Amino acid sequence: MELSTVWFLLIAVLWTGYLVLEGFDFGVGMLLPVLGRKDTDRRVLINTIGPVWDGNEVWLLTAGGATFAAFPEWYATMFSGFYLALLLILLALIVRVVAFEWRGKINDDRWRRWADRALVVGSWVPGVLWGVAFANLVRGVHLDADHQYVGTFFDLLNPFALLGGATTALIFLTHGAVFLALKTDGEIRARAGALAARLSVATLVVAGAFAVWAQLAYSVTWTWAATAAAAIALLVLVGATRMRREGLAFLASAVAIVAAVVLIFGSMWPDVMPALDPANSLSVAEASSTDYTLTVMTWVAVVLTPVVLLYQGWTYWVFRKRLTVEQIPEHTGLPLERV
Amino acid sequence: MEALDLARWQFGITTVYHFIFVPLTIGLAPLVALMQTFWVRTGNERWLRLTKFFGKLLLINFAIGVATGIVQEFQFGMNWSEYSRFVGDVFGAPLAMEALAAFFVESTFLGLWIFGWDRLPKKIHLACIWAVAFATNLSAYFILAANSWMQHPVGAIYNEETGRAEMVDIGAVLSNPTLLAAFPHTITAAFLTAGTFVAGIAGWWMVRSIRQGREELARDVYRPAVVLGVVTMLVSGVGIGATGDWQAKLMYDQQPMKMSSAEALCEGENGASFSLLTIGDLSNSCDGVTHILTIPGVTSYLASGDFNSYLPGVEELQQRSEELYGEGVDYRPNLAVTYWSFRLMIGLGAGSAALALAVLWLMRKGRVVSHAWFGKLALVAIPTPFLASAFGWIFTEMGRQPWVVVPNPNPSGIDGVWMLTAKGVSTVVSPGMVIASMVAFTLLYALLAVIWFRLMVRFAAHGVADTEPDVSPDNQGTGGDRPLSFAY
Repeated sequence: MELSTVWFLLIAVLWTGYLVLEGFDFGVGMLLPVLGRKDTDRRVLINTIGPVWDGNEVWLLTAGGATFAAFPEWYATMFSGFYLALLLILLALIVRVVAFEWRGKINDDRWRRWADRALVVGSWVPGVLWGVAFANLVRGVHLDADHQYVGTFFDLLNPFALLGGATTALIFLTHGAVFLALKTDGEIRARAGALAARLSVATLVVAGAFAVWAQLAYSVTWTWAATAAAAIALLVLVGATRMRREGLAFLASAVAIVAAVVLIFGSMWPDVMPALDPANSLSVAEASSTDYTLTVMTWVAVVLTPVVLLYQGWTYWVFRKRLTVEQIPEHTGLPLERV
Repeated sequence: MEALDLARWQFGITTVYHFIFVPLTIGLAPLVALMQTFWVRTGNERWLRLTKFFGKLLLINFAIGVATGIVQEFQFGMNWSEYSRFVGDVFGAPLAMEALAAFFVESTFLGLWIFGWDRLPKKIHLACIWAVAFATNLSAYFILAANSWMQHPVGAIYNEETGRAEMVDIGAVLSNPTLLAAFPHTITAAFLTAGTFVAGIAGWWMVRSIRQGREELARDVYRPAVVLGVVTMLVSGVGIGATGDWQAKLMYDQQPMKMSSAEALCEGENGASFSLLTIGDLSNSCDGVTHILTIPGVTSYLASGDFNSYLPGVEELQQRSEELYGEGVDYRPNLAVTYWSFRLMIGLGAGSAALALAVLWLMRKGRVVSHAWFGKLALVAIPTPFLASAFGWIFTEMGRQPWVVVPNPNPSGIDGVWMLTAKGVSTVVSPGMVIASMVAFTLLYALLAVIWFRLMVRFAAHGVADTEPDVSPDNQGTGGDRPLSFAY
């Protein structure tokens, strides 16, 4: 296999890791006002992802860095082309990160309300915009002959892409609700389970519509397999959430995300940035780094990725217990006023 | 302004801002790890109280460093897409390695450390903070590998067919002499920052607790922290000086224009002096430059180890550059900025290291200090190394202009990679878009800076807890559904 193909697959793997892991982080953040009516409830929700959200976000940095190293032209075209969308995502991620860490530092209701707003907005914006971005990669964007993006921000907001945004938002919401049902106990678990059951149906409909549209308009035959896998996973998800089989439900929503990534990257292949005028598409071969760089990076990735999976897996094992409101300690933050 | 100037301003703002928090994290993580090690080894609660106290400050700071770090990786592609196209083959590799080898370790083990106090055996929990400390330092290595390649591109060739730089030797990129000097310089500066931070806060508290009639607290808890901070400052101060000297000599060989601009040396000189005060106009012309206070020979010595050596002037270097790289470009960096940032870096850095020596003398033989002025001085000292680092980076990056990848002198084959900053900017991003993002980042960053500062002050002013229970499972066992010892 060509090394550039290997790296196309590896980048897909990194995005899979990101979307599966930070997907439920986003879901938890998006559901904060829905499932967390009282402050203690919200603290339970936030603490289910407390030890892991930062590690999950690094999958994005790794995907970004790997794209830069392995496909500089892709990185350059996509990041400059999707400028305003990425700007919004960056602003959202920034406020989200500091809100996680700073929320509990001050014991004050208004302070916490602001932190909660930041968490909610910081989760919804990327939750929708990643879908918009990937849908555009499937659909193709305005590139000129030099592979430069010549469209505008509003060109990215076409109906197909907006449906993509709705799809990721719903998948993350469901994934988050399923995760919460798996990681909490008591009343929150029950409410998260019930919500997941309802959300999974909406996800099946919207994601199904998106996948079929993508298949019929932009994709190739073999990705029907991914679409079928996604459909089966989402059907299992609907059933599992109904029966409150939480582990199975989480597995199903994770598989659905994996299948979605396969569909997206399968549709893009052999391009990394399909153009609306196919002659201008940026192909995997054109975008890739030299064989030397790819060889070096392959070694680094092959050695380090399993290690990362190992210790991240260990983290989930250490914090495997379900959380309840009883386990949430008193606020440890300092009062707002000065000493 | 054009998109180029705006993109440069944005890079300057976001990077200098990011690097307020980074050196503190890089230096403070190992110091907190050290405090926790003292606790685990001696069982003395003092060190647990200090670990928790400085640990909270570390976390407040860590969050904003992480948040602003994502921007750093993305903005190469957003604002500097042509640069990214040109160098991605070489420059992307250390960035990807940084994420894979360092960021994953740092973020995952920090999560384990924060939430693991009552979940992990003591020694494993301690290993987690050491993993964080190691990874923050490792990440500095990779990002400096990337930066050093811009200052001194090695291990790469220019491919005329593709018009891109191509990596031919990763070993050379990761053992770039510029990197080998810049890494210890940056790390020791980070330790100076963290040492001053620990000594400053603990010093202020030492005075305060004595004046509150709690001399035992001052002796027992704060004094050891001051000593730890001050010793760190001293050791790192020596390291900064030694590595800075090494860097100056490399700069003389690799980036003579930067070296001569640091001295605002217009005409070449044997035995070039180091000036303490120079005036000039802001037009960047050599006509108005007048050196007022000078120490003979010192700049020549800094550059080459010989008081009488010849240092070329910027006019001469401009001519040489025109011959090599074409006319019509001003190859001189902004003289006022390089001159003053160089001096402010040295002055502020040396000042805080010298302060450490004085403090160590004041606290000789177990003494504590209770003078009110000492408490104030301790607080005033804290920002000094932050500023020194900021000026250091402003010097390094402004001093390489107009290049984004500086050509190595004596270009021959492998050294043939270079790029002007003006060629690196994104062509499809309009000035309006850059303004939008610059305004958005600046406003958000300003807001976060205010909150960060107030949180740091609030927690620093709270002081160490009176007692700190040992909640480790070695002590209490795990299991049960008792409240978490730590929760957001």
